[in-house]
Amino acid sequence: MSAALLDIDHVSKRFVKHPNLGERIASLVGAGRKAEVVRAVTDVSLTVQKGEVVGLVGESGCGKSTLGRIVAGIYTPSDGRILFGNAPVAKEQGRRTQKLTTRVQMVHQDPFASLNPRIRIGDTVAEGPVTHRIVKAREADSYVADILGRVGLDPSYRRRFPHQFSGGQRQRIAIARALAMKPDLLVLDEPVASLDVSIQAQVLNLFMDLRQDLDLTAIFISHDLGVVRHVSDRVAIMYLGRIVELAPTAELYAAPNHPYTRALFESVPRVGVGRKDFRPIAGEIPSPLNPPSGCHFHPRCPFTGPRCKREAPALAPIGPGRSSACHLNTGGTA
Amino acid sequence: MSEAVLRVKDLRTQFKTRAGVLKAVDGVSFEVGRGRILGLVGESGSGKSVTGYSILGLIEPPGEIAGGEVLLNGQDLTRLKSEAMRKIRGAQIAMVFQDPMMTLNPVLKIGTQMIAAVRAHDRVSRKVARGRARDALAKVGIPSPEERLDSYPHQLSGGMRQRVAIAIALLHNPAVILADEPTTALDVSIQGQILAEVRRLADETGTAFVWVTHDLAVVSSLADDICVMYAGRVVETGPAADVIASPRHPYTAGLLASVPAEHEPGTRLPQVPGSTPSLANLPPGCAFAPRCAKAGPACTTTPPVQHFEDGRTALCNYPIEPVSCQPLSSTSTTYRSAS
Repeated sequence: MSAALLDIDHVSKRFVKHPNLGERIASLVGAGRKAEVVRAVTDVSLTVQKGEVVGLVGESGCGKSTLGRIVAGIYTPSDGRILFGNAPVAKEQGRRTQKLTTRVQMVHQDPFASLNPRIRIGDTVAEGPVTHRIVKAREADSYVADILGRVGLDPSYRRRFPHQFSGGQRQRIAIARALAMKPDLLVLDEPVASLDVSIQAQVLNLFMDLRQDLDLTAIFISHDLGVVRHVSDRVAIMYLGRIVELAPTAELYAAPNHPYTRALFESVPRVGVGRKDFRPIAGEIPSPLNPPSGCHFHPRCPFTGPRCKREAPALAPIGPGRSSACHLNTGGTA
Repeated sequence: MSEAVLRVKDLRTQFKTRAGVLKAVDGVSFEVGRGRILGLVGESGSGKSVTGYSILGLIEPPGEIAGGEVLLNGQDLTRLKSEAMRKIRGAQIAMVFQDPMMTLNPVLKIGTQMIAAVRAHDRVSRKVARGRARDALAKVGIPSPEERLDSYPHQLSGGMRQRVAIAIALLHNPAVILADEPTTALDVSIQGQILAEVRRLADETGTAFVWVTHDLAVVSSLADDICVMYAGRVVETGPAADVIASPRHPYTAGLLASVPAEHEPGTRLPQVPGSTPSLANLPPGCAFAPRCAKAGPACTTTPPVQHFEDGRTALCNYPIEPVSCQPLSSTSTTYRSAS
């Protein structure tokens, strides 16, 4: 513990849709449109300690996947920086960056899309470690067998192709591929969202076993509050590109602070509570192309006030290890 | 329970493939009363969607309905010619699909599509049809419905599009609406809104819903009754609250136990071993037996439907004992052996 493995330092990511040729010509005659900017992630700071699992929760368009991809080195941040073991990543060029980024591995949502259908799964798992000289090519076969055994697959399956596996098995293969790189940090992007409930439990159990055996550090991205609660030590709730609340899991679920977090918990259907009166959050999730001013949640928030429209609240500490971005926490009135 | 508006009896749908005849729906029976919501629950490959398509007569070759009845207010839909079925589909029984972007025509305005849907069954003027379309949009909670009629589907969000799909299903005040995973593609806050609307619509309009889903939490908080499917058969039925509180079939129990939200964080989840079987390669007898902790020698033959005195059923030789209820011996069996 103690030393931060990953430090996300005021990171923002903007995607710009540049005007095409026709639009550029149109703009010359004064009829053009400006470049559209999607602010996928805005000024997010988060540290992940060694051995910790941090859950990232939010609805579509909240930037959780973009943030995961920035951490994994797939996107470079527009602003801010990522520090990995106190060394900055992503803006450096060449060998060093490559070496750093292999220390972060990603597991994607859809195991039907993330595995190459024409490559035997043994070769898929071996490719990374052989290329980066983690194992020698002639030892790769036994290395792969060992990793597959670890994720609960019969090592003899390594000559098979992805289509010969079910969804749950494929997700195990995707996890094996990530683990084969001996990563310091795993980024799991909705790893169980596409699986059936009974298979979900198998993959979650596998993840918790691996975590115990290998002392994994992970960022676990999901929209499923129940899943995140089960596997994470801390949870960050995101809304439209910003973290609105960050807290240790047990405390967050016991007493959510931010109005969005509370509303989210309210609208989640649960097994075993019987027929309930839904009190859903009013309104739509705004487009990140054109987010509301001030606090992004203010048009849907039951406690909104004039200040919320003008001024975006900062993510401020509200207790030991907890922070929340809401004007209600600072000075009473919104 | 009130008079059933939809009664499915021993429905069998099969697909003829090179691998043999696949029994996607194998003797499914259930019923739904006026204004009730039935949750049809199952994992992928359980036959829940095919059941929905069979009820609406949407099965095409190589699939066919091989037996059974679908009684809508007493009329057997499986015997109708396609022309007669067209008159009923959309008017008396309607369907809402998972992806509203696939059901709505992207190049037509919402209003155009809805007016066409009204006039497909009723000879009314465009103006009257437009009024009914606007009322239907208002009924499902769409703000400023008049303007929305002039929108194209891409101008609406996913949740709004699904509301439009439900509004179209409601246009003719059907007796039954079948909804196939209608909120699976939506975010939780939007799903909450839709579920609240559906609950209200069922109570206010008396429309019965068959809600096809894999999500037990949705069923638990929405449905009146539950029907759990596995490998083409109904394995358990009963009032939703009772089934959730005390499942009788080991598969239902396994599914409920593996929901993470119900466990102490960080602990191992009880898991159902193995994976759902392929329909081409089903084990003889109970299809769940290879994954079942309670399976015994009797499970190599198809188990009987056990009727319990509280109106619940389970397709199992060794049903789980509830705290305060004894199983009765099976007297009438609507399911027959698959072999």
